[in-house]
Amino acid sequence: ALLLGGAALAVEHRTVVSIDLPKDYSHYRSGPHEDLARTYCLMCHAADYVYTQPPLTRTQWEAEVTKMKKAYGCPIPDGQIQALADYLVSQNGKVESGGQ
Amino acid sequence: LSLLGRLPAGLAQEAVDLPFANGHRPLVSYPQKRPLMLLTSRPVQLETPFHVFNDGILTPNDAFFVRWHLARVPTQVDARSFRVRVHGRVKRRLSLSLHDLQRDFEPVELIAVNQCSGNSRGFFMPRVPGGQWGNGAMGNARWKGVRLRDVLQRAGLEPNAVQVRLNGLDRGVMEVTPDFIKALDLDVALGPDVLLAYEMNGEPLPLLNGFPLRLVVPGWYATYWVKMLDDIEVINHEDQNFWMKTAYRIPATPSGGVEPGQKDFPTVPINRMTVRSFITSLADGAVVRAGQPVVVRGIAFDGGFGIRRVRFSSDGGRRWEDATLGRDYGNYSFRPWEVRFTPQAGRDYTLQCQAENQRGETQPASGPWNPGGYLRNAIETVRVRAV
Ligand code: HEC
Repeated sequence: ALLLGGAALAVEHRTVVSIDLPKDYSHYRSGPHEDLARTYCLMCHAADYVYTQPPLTRTQWEAEVTKMKKAYGCPIPDGQIQALADYLVSQNGKVESGGQ
Repeated sequence: LSLLGRLPAGLAQEAVDLPFANGHRPLVSYPQKRPLMLLTSRPVQLETPFHVFNDGILTPNDAFFVRWHLARVPTQVDARSFRVRVHGRVKRRLSLSLHDLQRDFEPVELIAVNQCSGNSRGFFMPRVPGGQWGNGAMGNARWKGVRLRDVLQRAGLEPNAVQVRLNGLDRGVMEVTPDFIKALDLDVALGPDVLLAYEMNGEPLPLLNGFPLRLVVPGWYATYWVKMLDDIEVINHEDQNFWMKTAYRIPATPSGGVEPGQKDFPTVPINRMTVRSFITSLADGAVVRAGQPVVVRGIAFDGGFGIRRVRFSSDGGRRWEDATLGRDYGNYSFRPWEVRFTPQAGRDYTLQCQAENQRGETQPASGPWNPGGYLRNAIETVRVRAV
């Protein structure tokens, strides 16, 4: 739904552009502690941010959650980070292997 | 809601599978866009299907990739009340409407590549976190606008001016999330080709590409091309915000690469684009007709110095020949090239291209690798079979 206000013909006269954005195309799938992901990981962006990442190790997922908290302000309590990392590994994880 | 061209989840008619883990990308239509490869839906990030780059040297607005950092992107913008503010270390603060820009400043048009810093990140080996783009987080458009330098001159720089900070209308969902702001050193900001653009390929910009005004920094990665640009602040120090100090940094090595796993190396803000080239007329795995010349077409570009040579190999880089460069649309544009080769029946060919710019900079066989997934410009390979 694209609405163009004003006289729509000349480039200069297209004055209002209004669009509707579709809702999320993705959702957190069921797994251990999925409630944590729904509570703390959906407020700023869709779940596709997690599912389009390459499979990450537990250490990498912990680092991602820590970055979300420290850099962007995700309100997850420190005590829940391990449980959320379990969930993220269950969704898109890979086993730790020294040099990756 | 059906007007959005949105298909219920799971019903997307087509998808592209990029050749790396979790590379499945449904093709989805967003407003003002043809179906594009969906990377993320909120905030929306869309990739251009690669075959579009073979359709013409300019990337159509409705096919142009989309990349936002923060989810509060305005979905309605009124160009009549829109103002861009100029303030900070200036003699006169300005508040300019689109009409003011068009009436009071000389219009400039140029063709330039807009490429995401993370274009091709999905091909990094070992893989790195971040937006997992294939090669389609880039596009080439004709931009029209006014020079940032003319606007800054109108405002009058104070002698202690050091950088220009650029901010757009997008915001984070939470107040604590750092607002997306970029900064350019004065010598870059005052360059003759840095534009405040209100047109893209002869039309207003699509909203998702930054309507009504976006910064154009030809030769530099798209992170600096701030969308919905409404705030220009001249500052007397080096900007310390997250998106300059922490994010979008590259290793301070000549190639911009480090060894995987390397830590604690010095970094600098990402800046000019590296030299790249692509075959656009054949996709990996294509079958070609044997016994007659096949015209292979492609594009090349760099950080604004211009392409002087493209070499082509049909045997995985053992022997190279010069491709013919096509029309020159300026140093910031895609440069078309083509070459003929005659394949023999039953054989497999490993096609490669390598560009060189006016400074003699060229493309490495692999890499560079860095933890941000930036600057990839390795020689690309397309495998075809002749029948
Ligand atoms: C307060 C806001 C906020 C919350 C809450 C948040 N994120 Fe993010 N996240 C961001 C921003 C902002 C970006 C990316 C910015 C960009 O595009 O460069 C991001 C990016 C990502 C990425 C892409 C990779 C990267 O590092 O850029 C992943 C994966 C991710 N988030 C996972 C999560 C998970 C898991 C959670 C729950 C713990 C979460 N996010 C919660 C703001 C948030």
